[in-house]
Amino acid sequence: MIELRNLRKTYGHGPAAVRALDDVSISVPAGEIFGVVGRSGAGKSTLLRTVNVLERPDSGTVTLDGTQMTGLEGGALRQARRSVGMVFQHFNLLANRSIQQNVEFALEAARVPRGKRASQAAEMLDLVGLKDRGGAYPAQLSGGQKQRVGIARALAAKPRVLLSDEATSALDPETTESILDLIRSINRELKLTVLLITHEMDVVKRICDSAALMENGAIVEQGELVEVIRTPGSKLAAQLFPLAAPADDEGPTVIDITFAGGTADRPVIARLAREHELDVSILGATVERIAGTQAGRTRLALPVAGEAAAAVVADLRRQGLIVEYLKGGAA
Amino acid sequence: MIDYDSPDFWTDLFEVLLKGTLETLYMTGIATLITILVGLPLGILLVGTEKGAFLERSFGPVWVARTINRVVGFIVNVGRSVPFIILMIALIPLTRLIVGTFVGTTAAIVPLTIIAIPFFARMVEIAVNDVAPGLYETADSLGATKWLLIRRVLLTEGLPAILLGVSTTITSIINFSAMVGVVGGGGLGNVAVTYGFQRYSWIHIVFVVVILFAIVQIVQIVLTRIATRVSHRSSTAVLPKDAELTINPAQGVAT
Repeated sequence: MIELRNLRKTYGHGPAAVRALDDVSISVPAGEIFGVVGRSGAGKSTLLRTVNVLERPDSGTVTLDGTQMTGLEGGALRQARRSVGMVFQHFNLLANRSIQQNVEFALEAARVPRGKRASQAAEMLDLVGLKDRGGAYPAQLSGGQKQRVGIARALAAKPRVLLSDEATSALDPETTESILDLIRSINRELKLTVLLITHEMDVVKRICDSAALMENGAIVEQGELVEVIRTPGSKLAAQLFPLAAPADDEGPTVIDITFAGGTADRPVIARLAREHELDVSILGATVERIAGTQAGRTRLALPVAGEAAAAVVADLRRQGLIVEYLKGGAA
Repeated sequence: MIDYDSPDFWTDLFEVLLKGTLETLYMTGIATLITILVGLPLGILLVGTEKGAFLERSFGPVWVARTINRVVGFIVNVGRSVPFIILMIALIPLTRLIVGTFVGTTAAIVPLTIIAIPFFARMVEIAVNDVAPGLYETADSLGATKWLLIRRVLLTEGLPAILLGVSTTITSIINFSAMVGVVGGGGLGNVAVTYGFQRYSWIHIVFVVVILFAIVQIVQIVLTRIATRVSHRSSTAVLPKDAELTINPAQGVAT
């Protein structure tokens, strides 16, 4: 559905030049929610804006459902943009227009005949749970409600793709959840393909099917979340499981055990203690709901090193667990 | 000298003041109308043709927009820096060309309009510059045309500030229209000069001052009220109370 191929974009010239996009390629299948995570300044925002060509890449192509966006200009580009909805971190609503009028603006931009705008806008407001609030002005709404209007506006012209630019970053955690759930439900109901950028891993965990990690304008890792968490050494997985780094004086060997799929409920540690007669200490553990499945990671310090540690790890791996060394040993 | 005890004094005074007021309203009204019609697009053009702004590519190559920006900016700055009295004299040939004469109330409209347009264009520029930058991107993402962007985004979001600009512009035009009276342009300025200055009638001056004050107050109150009504930026819709720019007649316009 969304095909980004070898995108490059540089701002400025000479030594002050900033490489915002460095050979970025991403493919998002229809109906999927794809999250791009990274720190601010990593190039996420530029990447998202190339999809509807708000930013034109220096080279590379953007193809949406067979239409090459980067080849379009003027009226054809405006036309194509109408099939891509976009929501913004700061909502970007017209302050002096009612929320009904804000949604109607999108319909007017999409050349929907005047007579149909009011009913279609009301329908969209209903979809996002703001029925009967059409007469209110943005300043009278909470942040979450404003973002709902932003979503209603983005969806008004019935796009097939939704771009989300840090849509929940200005919202409190509870409101964030409700907005994410809304995006998830419209993704399913309207078969909408969603590309979102965020710096919050919680957003990725909660609604994304796939994710990419961006650093300094380049994609350093991408994949389906269920695969990512099984990948040893994955930076994305490390961010999905927030565990504190081990202190220097922990035992000779520190390992991470990742439980995914059917392995989450096994009594691993008890078995280690019993069968290997080891006094393992748990440095940290977390259980997360990622892409709809339960997954966990436990960080253990083992009092043994070398061969003995390798034997333990091999045993764990035989049980179908994903084990990584953080300290000692050789994976 | 005026004979205050003459039986016709009050009726004469009333007639003179009524005529002067109507002339002032006529000059100000027409000049304001033309100023808005010309100054509004000019102000939007000023913002839009700036580097990287929304009309940068609407005139073909970027250098065209840059040139338009420089030319319009230059004209506006010249218009703003020439003192009105000098501009009025300098414009005599143009006024003659348009109206046929350079004296009288209708003729006065030409210099009044020309001094007010650059002033108002700058106010529109300030109002439009204040529109949140994210809204341009939003309009683009929705596939809106530039025309729709101007109508539905810039004008609606900038409307309260533009209305306050109109209010200030009208005040300035009234201010300048008094100066027109000095050189035979009619209006309340003319009343003040011919009766107050040349014939020492303080009572004429007092009435002229009161009427001018009343006109300015009414314009400001009405326009500020409308501006408050169309502004929904905050739930309480507060506008700066002193959103006023002042004009020093000797120097043209100071912001």
